[in-house]
Amino acid sequence: MFLPKLIARNAMRHKLRTALTVLGLVIAVLAYGLLQTVVDAWYAGASAASNARLVTRNAISLTFALPLNYEYRIKGVDGVTQVARSNWFGGVYRDPKNFFAQFAVSDNYLDLYPEFIVPPEQRADYQRDRRGALVGRQLADLYGFKIGDVIPIKGTIYAGTWDFVVRGIMDGRDESTITRQMVFHWDYLNETVRKKNPRQADQVGVFILGVDNPDNAAAISRAVDNVFKNSLAETLTETEQAFQLGFVAMSNQIIAAIRVVSYVVIVIVMAVMANAMAMSARERITEYATLKALGFGPGFLSLLVFGESMIISAFGGALGMLLTPPAARFFKQAVGGVFPVFTVSHETMAMQAGCALVVGVAAAIVPAVQAARVRIVEGLRAIG
Amino acid sequence: MSAPLDPSTPSAPVTPPAPLVSIRHLAKSYQRGAQIVPVLSDISLDIAAGDFIALMGPSGSGKSTLLNLIAGIDRPDSGELLVGGVDISELPEASLADWRAAHVGFIFQFYNLMPVLTAYENVELPLMLTRLSRAERRERVEMVLGMVGLADRMDHYPTELSGGQQQRVAIARALITDPTLIVADEPTGDLDRNSATDILAMLQRLNTDLGKTIIMVTHDAHAAEAAKSLVHLEKGELLQGEQRGREA
Amino acid sequence: MVIPLHYIARNVWARRLTTALTAGGLALVVFVFATMLMLDAGLKQTLVTTGERDNVVVIRKGAETEIQSAISRDQAAALEMYPSIAMTPEGRPMASREAVVLISLTKTGYTTPSNVVIRGVSPLGVSLRPQVRLTEGRVFKPGSSEIIVGSSLAKGYGNVRIGDHLRFAQRDWTVVGHFDAGGSGFDSEIWGDVDQLMQSFRRTSYSSMVLRLANTDAFDKFRTDIDVDPRLANEAKREQQFYSDQSKALSAFINILGLTLTTIFSVAAMIGAMITMYASVANRVGEIGTLRALGFQRTNVLMAFLIEAVLLGLVGGIAGLLCASLMQFASFSTTNFQTFADLSFRFLLTPAIIVKTLLFSMAMGLIGGFLPALRASRLNIVDALRAR
Repeated sequence: MFLPKLIARNAMRHKLRTALTVLGLVIAVLAYGLLQTVVDAWYAGASAASNARLVTRNAISLTFALPLNYEYRIKGVDGVTQVARSNWFGGVYRDPKNFFAQFAVSDNYLDLYPEFIVPPEQRADYQRDRRGALVGRQLADLYGFKIGDVIPIKGTIYAGTWDFVVRGIMDGRDESTITRQMVFHWDYLNETVRKKNPRQADQVGVFILGVDNPDNAAAISRAVDNVFKNSLAETLTETEQAFQLGFVAMSNQIIAAIRVVSYVVIVIVMAVMANAMAMSARERITEYATLKALGFGPGFLSLLVFGESMIISAFGGALGMLLTPPAARFFKQAVGGVFPVFTVSHETMAMQAGCALVVGVAAAIVPAVQAARVRIVEGLRAIG
Repeated sequence: MSAPLDPSTPSAPVTPPAPLVSIRHLAKSYQRGAQIVPVLSDISLDIAAGDFIALMGPSGSGKSTLLNLIAGIDRPDSGELLVGGVDISELPEASLADWRAAHVGFIFQFYNLMPVLTAYENVELPLMLTRLSRAERRERVEMVLGMVGLADRMDHYPTELSGGQQQRVAIARALITDPTLIVADEPTGDLDRNSATDILAMLQRLNTDLGKTIIMVTHDAHAAEAAKSLVHLEKGELLQGEQRGREA
Repeated sequence: MVIPLHYIARNVWARRLTTALTAGGLALVVFVFATMLMLDAGLKQTLVTTGERDNVVVIRKGAETEIQSAISRDQAAALEMYPSIAMTPEGRPMASREAVVLISLTKTGYTTPSNVVIRGVSPLGVSLRPQVRLTEGRVFKPGSSEIIVGSSLAKGYGNVRIGDHLRFAQRDWTVVGHFDAGGSGFDSEIWGDVDQLMQSFRRTSYSSMVLRLANTDAFDKFRTDIDVDPRLANEAKREQQFYSDQSKALSAFINILGLTLTTIFSVAAMIGAMITMYASVANRVGEIGTLRALGFQRTNVLMAFLIEAVLLGLVGGIAGLLCASLMQFASFSTTNFQTFADLSFRFLLTPAIIVKTLLFSMAMGLIGGFLPALRASRLNIVDALRAR
């Protein structure tokens, strides 16, 4: 067919201009993809979170703890199968830059988290050693922790230097499981704290609840909170997912800004491409007039312009999409674990394709209309 | 020409003045793709100061190329090219540019004015290469525009002028630095009959009244009539014995 | 600049549509760049201006923030007795025992709550910070369940007007005043009586102490004295330094994010500038040939096109800067990762940012236009003249 051949040849006329435009598209599509992935990664904790687990915390804010004796009362609520304790330790490993999560947890914690896989003998070793710790696979790889290593952590909330012994490595069941963290015995924390600062003892950061039926999550949450209404420490119980989303929401303005900015880059490249297409069209007025004189209609001319624009944006968009996953892998390593999970979603890739499409169409609209409207006599007279 | 010999007066030897342009065995070829196309072969020519010479020939004869070489915007492959005693084929590029600015005035077929500059500013352009002050520049530009009869259109842009008027602006620009040589490539090629006649008359006046040496390339016999000398080129060679002089 | 500026500038104007599109792309990049700079400047101003030079904040050793810290009553009493501490005319030490807790409040227009700082202060606490001025109502009465609210909170949260009640820690607290802390971190806080708050939250130890030095040079000695004092397990920092340190992570994050984004975007915009300048050269091949014939040097032509490219950048820069300056009317709030508390700050436009931004946009034009300008300067005269 004549049209595609003409379109392709036209695109290659100005090799440099076409190459630059494609490059611009690649950069924009790539940047868009990476930024959207950053936003997704921010929510990663929430998406990995379960709807079948509930989190009970102090209603005032996370910075307040709950009394240990709440545990048996929570256990008594209808629908609650298990209760585990978790305290955020928040210590520093050698340098504040080496940030990773440390939790002091009760022994049944792992029962509630089947997505963490620990070989039984390692779990048994951990159980036996009160200073034992389980480190996630990603954390172990990052710092080279091996079984038997001693990890010194400087406490910020709980003063002093704490030594933990690596007794097991936790693997994640799927890619979204966050294995960049460490857990140790809550009892060890409590005993030590009681000796140094008794008032800080018997305090639990949050309780993790297992429920018999996830569909009843809302009702069970209300029931738990009712138990402690009007007491000294009122509770707020919600699904783990809601809990994690709460954290994300704290940075919601930054996230919104990143989302907006990811579209800004698309607009930038749209301007670049519209400019390039407009210039090409202006230079070819005489040719369009000639084609019209020969008998080709305005529809043909519009298709010519649109076709060229779409070929370029399709090529640039495809290239950008191809480069996104490797770029994401590189980015994840470079940023060093701020985002434990950083994968490009299918949705993001679909949006990338969509953006390339929109850019291709938008850039061609005005030149296509101008080409269709060329008046033969004027066009032939124009000096290109 | 010279006075008849008087046997009664002792005769002083008369040497004719050195030619302004002296060309010996000039050759030039171009590379088109993989081929080397000879355009000029073994051209030798003298052009006297104060001459108004027309270079004529069919398309592809090399007349424009010869003009470009003399004007210093192209380099010969071999041969000697002296203008005003200077071998311009030996000058490095930057010096050649300075030489052009001082010694050559250009008139093109399509006027080659800057569309975003007014007539005044177009004429002023070559003076930006000198050290003249703004007031000094103004003085010269107004004078020269007056000479070509466009003093009242100083602030017009080229698009607001007719073809003939634009060419007159171009002539003013060519004059502004008081060059040794004026080169014109088909100066009437894009003009109607009347404007062409005006422009040719103006060129003649520049030659006779101001003594400017003018080298003009043309294929138009009518234009050639305005010149004093005539040279024919065909296929890169000067046709033998064709330098016809004419009475002033 | 032998080739006249008006020739260069008018050529930019002559191709208005192209200039507008290219400058538009540049302007967007500039907007992102300037906004990031303004955000960081606003953050720094908020935190750096938080506090007084002569005030010292004492927290427990090892704690990085007030939330993590605890100071017992005995330690507090001991600290107040230090000779370096200034005295009021009545002979009392200029010290404020403070308790800092976070509560959840929901911003207007959001469904999820944010963490807001409640600071219990001693009677001298307000006067220790002269930058804090009351804008409406009055200060809370010591011993009462009254609170005053900082201006950022007053703006962003709907339920803290004068007379409103907030319920937390099993008590109703009445808002009796709003204060303005000059854009510093205190604007995002709620202040009340420290003893009342501690009682309500059932705390037995303070979070921190703020002390006024009698003599600003006494700081170093004070710090070392506290360090070795066996009764205390505390460390001291100048108040301004203390708050500035707490934003390091957030500031670094904003800077890195801004830098990365701007770099990527600027490449796209420079490509746009390059395309435009190549076309500009291509359209004026005949003029370039004429200029060279007239005697202008290659470098003159190079400069002319470089200047044209820089002008393009300048237009984009000014446009982007104008849009960015509108951000000064917006405010930004986010959770400071280090303190866990919500922090509000503004976009601050400084002369330095204006200069940096314009230089950046001109540089983008310059880099994008360099290769095309080079091409223009390298044109062969005869070919260029023939091309028209």
